Amino acid sequence: MKKISESTRSSFINYSIILVFFLVFQCLLSMGKLSSSFSGQLIPICAYIVMALSLNLVVGISGELSLGHAGFMSVGAFSGVVVATSLQGTVEASPLRLLIAMVMGALIAALAGTIIGIPVLRLRGDYLAIVTLAFGEIIKNVLNCLYVGVDNHGLHFSMKDANAMGMEADGTVIINGPMGALGIQKLSTFVSGILLVFVVLFVIQNLVNSRSGRAVQAIRDNRIAAESCGLNITKYKLMAFVTSAAMAGAAGALYALNYSTVVPKKFDFNTSILILVFVVLGGIGNLRGSIIAAAVLTVLPEMLRQFQDYRMLVYAIVLILIMICTNNQKAKEILAKFGSVFSRKKVAEEDK
Amino acid sequence: MSEKEKAGCPVLEVFRLGIDFGGLTAVDDFNMVIHASEIAGLIGPNGAGKTTVFNLLTKVYQPTRGKILLDGKDTSGMNTIQVNKAGIARTFQNIRLFDKLSVEDNVKIGLHNHTKYGMWSGIFRLPKYWSEEKRIHNEALELLSIFDMQDLANATAGSLPYGAQRRLEIVRALATEPKLLLLDEPAAGMNPSETAELMENIRKIRDKFQIAVLLIEHDMSLVMGICENIAVLNFGKIIAQGNPSQIQSNPQVIEAYLGKKKEV
Repeated sequence: MKKISESTRSSFINYSIILVFFLVFQCLLSMGKLSSSFSGQLIPICAYIVMALSLNLVVGISGELSLGHAGFMSVGAFSGVVVATSLQGTVEASPLRLLIAMVMGALIAALAGTIIGIPVLRLRGDYLAIVTLAFGEIIKNVLNCLYVGVDNHGLHFSMKDANAMGMEADGTVIINGPMGALGIQKLSTFVSGILLVFVVLFVIQNLVNSRSGRAVQAIRDNRIAAESCGLNITKYKLMAFVTSAAMAGAAGALYALNYSTVVPKKFDFNTSILILVFVVLGGIGNLRGSIIAAAVLTVLPEMLRQFQDYRMLVYAIVLILIMICTNNQKAKEILAKFGSVFSRKKVAEEDK
Repeated sequence: MSEKEKAGCPVLEVFRLGIDFGGLTAVDDFNMVIHASEIAGLIGPNGAGKTTVFNLLTKVYQPTRGKILLDGKDTSGMNTIQVNKAGIARTFQNIRLFDKLSVEDNVKIGLHNHTKYGMWSGIFRLPKYWSEEKRIHNEALELLSIFDMQDLANATAGSLPYGAQRRLEIVRALATEPKLLLLDEPAAGMNPSETAELMENIRKIRDKFQIAVLLIEHDMSLVMGICENIAVLNFGKIIAQGNPSQIQSNPQVIEAYLGKKKEV
């Protein structure tokens, strides 16, 4: 049972990292030691950690390249906002409203993931990357001309303009085309963000070490052998893809309900690539790496403000340095010498 | 079909099987019957179409002509996955393991369709998860013990030496509980003593699991040593069929194949 205890230990290390991260920043927050620009980053950090973890499920565990992960985030974000705003009168408690919004965001993103996944995951090769890339762009453009409002009669939709929805005078416009979602009530809290990270981490880690997760990894390692062992390739690829989309949807809802306005343009190709960068730099298939990379690289641009005009240049240099340090044998040896138990173990694992 | 008839009917019957790749006929008019608990061999020079026959039997390629009956059931229209569920498991000439998974997990993938819990039990670690995981853990170790590999259970499959990888493939195929096991060059890259051991193990597997085995092999000591029935393939066609002594004395076979080799 050594293998099981090993993966369980690794899972618990991941949980403790999140817990420590939470406790430290919650303390700093309550003592008022955090600058406002930094405390404003806490919820986006949680959202991006979830995004990186969920993308790692597709890229690392399932071995498919998805370039439109921000698309699922935006589906979750806007459906979450619609749900949260339309329930404003009926559900009083804001944590409950946030929960409903995240669940709905996840469900609708999962639906979108299913619709794309069913035709595409039957194909082989790079088709998934191409189609997900297109999907991200399509979603962005559809949301750019989508109008949603709510009045006493319920929800109204239009693809033309706000007036075409035919709402009563007292209705509220929730999504106003290219201007995005306006007047969002801020529901997200740092605690809810951390809870979402915990849930997502729990789901992924347990999934990976179960029958379905093993099947997903087997298909990644050798498709033909997996078929000859009687594994239903499409089913398991779709399962990983849809689970990942649902998590991205929940992260989107968390992210959107942290701001007063959200525009569709926020979730464009660059955001998808940014999340992919978190996954690649954290190590493909390495959940702990994704968490750390997402957290560090989300705050990094803020911390580099002192470089002013050279901010993105320094950001790029940091990315390159991380890449060298995590992939270069010499650099790894040097790191190992400094090493805590963690870094030493990692080198030993990668050497295998 | 009554039980009595079923007991007498062969595990595999192949009638006039053939496949064309464009204008090239890779396999033509291939007939074969394998009975329960029989060890059969498929030999022939390089490029004769032996692996293509395996790929046809497991529906990696869909046959152009002919019929395959597994346990009396027609397999036409089935895909690779369904054929495996129906009872054919195979190994590959160029080893195909799940390299990044552990040895034990490789076997557990073989047990996949006999593991009865779903995604949600897995995520929420319901009692079903624990009982089933415990059961397949023990089952996997038991299967690995056929080849004395239980101590390697936690090693990464890709890091195993070549011979052990070949053996692991056989264990994985066995885990799917087949009626017919197809072995594609199981002794490739093994030294004579390893081959002799493998021979013993194939017999042991047959006796223990009561399954039929069809193997492709170039090592004549292995083929002549354990196969009860041998088919010789040349240019996609069967040129001889029979027991080892018949094959060894068949002039056509000697001409096509054995005649080019020194006495083994």
